[in-house]
Amino acid sequence: MRAITMSRKTEARYIFAACLFLFFFVPLATSDNTCLDCHSALDAPLQVTADEFNANIHAQKGLTCASCHGGNPNSADDAMNPKAGFRGHIDRKRVPELCGSCHADAAYMRQYNPSLRTDQLAQYHTSVHGQKLKSGDSRVAVCTDCHSVHNIRPASDPHSTVNPLNVATTCSRCHADQNYMKPYGLKTTQFADYKQSVHYQAMTERGDLSAPTCTTCHGNHGAAPPGVASVQNVCSTCHVFQAQLFEDSPHKTAFASAGLPGCVTCHSNHVIHRPNDDMVSTGAKSICTDCHTADDAGLTAAKAINGHLLDLQSRIERSKQILDRASQSGMEVSQPQLDLNQAEDALTKARVAVHNFRPDKVAKEAAAGQTVTDKTYQAGVSALRERNYRRMGLGISLLVIGATVIGLRFWIREIEN
Amino acid sequence: MSPAAHIQTWLDERFGWAELIHPLEKKTVPHHRLSYWYFLGGMTLFLFMVQVTTGILLLLYYRPSANEAFESVQYISTQVRFGWLVRSIHSWSANLMIFTAFLHMFSVLFLRAYRKPRELTWLSGVLALFLALGFGFSGYLLPWNTLAFFATKVGTEVAGQVPLIGPWIMMFLRGGPDVTGATLTRFFGFHVAVLPGIMTILLSLHVLLVQRFGISVPPSVEKQWAYFPTERQEMKFFPNFLLREVMAWYVALAVLAVLAAVFPWGLGTKADPFAPAPAGIKPEWYFLFAFQTLKLIPAKIFAIDGELIGVLAFGLAGLVWILLPFIEPKRHANGYRAVLALGLFAVLYISSMTVYGFIAK
Repeated sequence: MRAITMSRKTEARYIFAACLFLFFFVPLATSDNTCLDCHSALDAPLQVTADEFNANIHAQKGLTCASCHGGNPNSADDAMNPKAGFRGHIDRKRVPELCGSCHADAAYMRQYNPSLRTDQLAQYHTSVHGQKLKSGDSRVAVCTDCHSVHNIRPASDPHSTVNPLNVATTCSRCHADQNYMKPYGLKTTQFADYKQSVHYQAMTERGDLSAPTCTTCHGNHGAAPPGVASVQNVCSTCHVFQAQLFEDSPHKTAFASAGLPGCVTCHSNHVIHRPNDDMVSTGAKSICTDCHTADDAGLTAAKAINGHLLDLQSRIERSKQILDRASQSGMEVSQPQLDLNQAEDALTKARVAVHNFRPDKVAKEAAAGQTVTDKTYQAGVSALRERNYRRMGLGISLLVIGATVIGLRFWIREIEN
Repeated sequence: MSPAAHIQTWLDERFGWAELIHPLEKKTVPHHRLSYWYFLGGMTLFLFMVQVTTGILLLLYYRPSANEAFESVQYISTQVRFGWLVRSIHSWSANLMIFTAFLHMFSVLFLRAYRKPRELTWLSGVLALFLALGFGFSGYLLPWNTLAFFATKVGTEVAGQVPLIGPWIMMFLRGGPDVTGATLTRFFGFHVAVLPGIMTILLSLHVLLVQRFGISVPPSVEKQWAYFPTERQEMKFFPNFLLREVMAWYVALAVLAVLAAVFPWGLGTKADPFAPAPAGIKPEWYFLFAFQTLKLIPAKIFAIDGELIGVLAFGLAGLVWILLPFIEPKRHANGYRAVLALGLFAVLYISSMTVYGFIAK
């Protein structure tokens, strides 16, 4: 017992050290944000961790909890005092107006990010979400549903819920939920469809952040389904030439009179696959046959268009194969291989010209490619002919060298004999 | 009198031709079971002559600037009549020359031909091999393709690791802080003017020394001949040995022809200084063992930069190699075994690291 009993002197030393610690370190350990002191220790949904708060773009710009919730975070007494302006939990219906109180104020936002748009609130009011909220439906998305609440990051941050890579997942949280969408009578397959699309592949496999996601076609703050009449305008923001050609095509008026949306009729909307030449044909994979019957003018045109495309494609393939063979034989054919890109470009242009649905237009573009493929194929033939000529030359040279070596051997033998 | 005899008489009356070629007529070469190793030196010389000839032909069309070099080599390979053949032979012959030079050097080492009085022959030969590597390094950049560009970048960076003067050497080689058109211009200068000048002097000295001291006989054969003097055989240099040498040259020519016609030397893509280095970039095979060694050395060894230690080690090894005949232990009768062991180690090390370098990613 004696061994663990402190002497009075030792006891006094410990008490002094404890006082020193409390005097110097405890004031430093107390934060200015009394909200976090408690809320970081609370359970969800009241929990806000320091990490979460510090990653928030608002906190990084110097805003505090009080900026949205009111109160005085510097004082534990006034932190949640209504007299100090404490608003507590923000009602969903008030969220857009609260966010808009800063984000719609151009003068205020300029100090943080002069290039940031300030029309989000105005756009939201035009959106299906905003209009439903106005009519009393508080289940629709408000700012915090997409941008998150306490973990708001700029859209350029890959961890942000509104980063192009994450937008579709964010939208799918509601739009892929059958129960949640039931009252609205909306389909919930959009996200699954989009994941099969060429747009999703471009975004996730190629890492092309400019590839379309939900907001690209539907708008973000002003989100609404594009109407039948405006689908073509939505697609044409990227596919400019296709839209121009379609505008001048016989399908423009035909679709309009049948009430069919432009691009979507052939390409679908969310599950847009990579188009292929068989789509415009008379075969089993043809989409022309959805409307056209056998041997009508439409299918005759489709057959001709498909013929032009397949012909150019096979010519390109033929040139590629012969140039590859020449290259593998060590022949220098980099220039015709480079020239062949022009034929690929012509094929792309011919495929774009399909949207005019006139065989002569496609034929004109394909003809430019055929001229190139004829030249490159000839270059391949010449290269292989040159290779054979070289090998024949080699054979003759080896015969001459061999004969000389044998002759020398005989000469040496003759001398030495 | 035949026209040849007529010319001989004409030359004899003016320059004393008969007197000049008299030593050649009397010159003999030892003839024994290991004589075929003697052909490697001559074969290397033949390939060097091929290099000079094809190099001069390439000079007719090659343009040494960053804007034109690649296009001019492309033009040579595709448009100039037999340009592809000349370029292909130049590239393959360069590689074969370095290969036969290595074989020649190791055969000299293992047959102990470097012994007194042939120390200077060894010295001039090793220096000529180092110079041939310099030819390879400087010539590799000249087509100005992607691989050459980045190999030069890495190679000159290694040179920059030499203590004290490294940064200066790197600046001197590159003609600035980076590999640019200025580097190409000076590599062209080294390749077609500086190195050939030095090489001509070195090779002349080397051949002169070979003529002065004659061809060495391996100790095992010497011993055999000492016991059985009747077995000693000599072959006349002219025409017996020379005709055999010409046969070896023809064989080398046939190998060159096959390589050039069946595997024409590629051109690659034009160098883009702003493009990232291609993955898995490697130097030419004769630098691969050194490159792989430097890759394997840890970044720091006892707080000293690993690459610096590697460069110093290779510098020291090169110096030891040049001075090998002078540092062979001579007090003990079996002192030469240390040199042979060193040679064997070098062969194993270079070949295994080269293979490893080819396999490694």
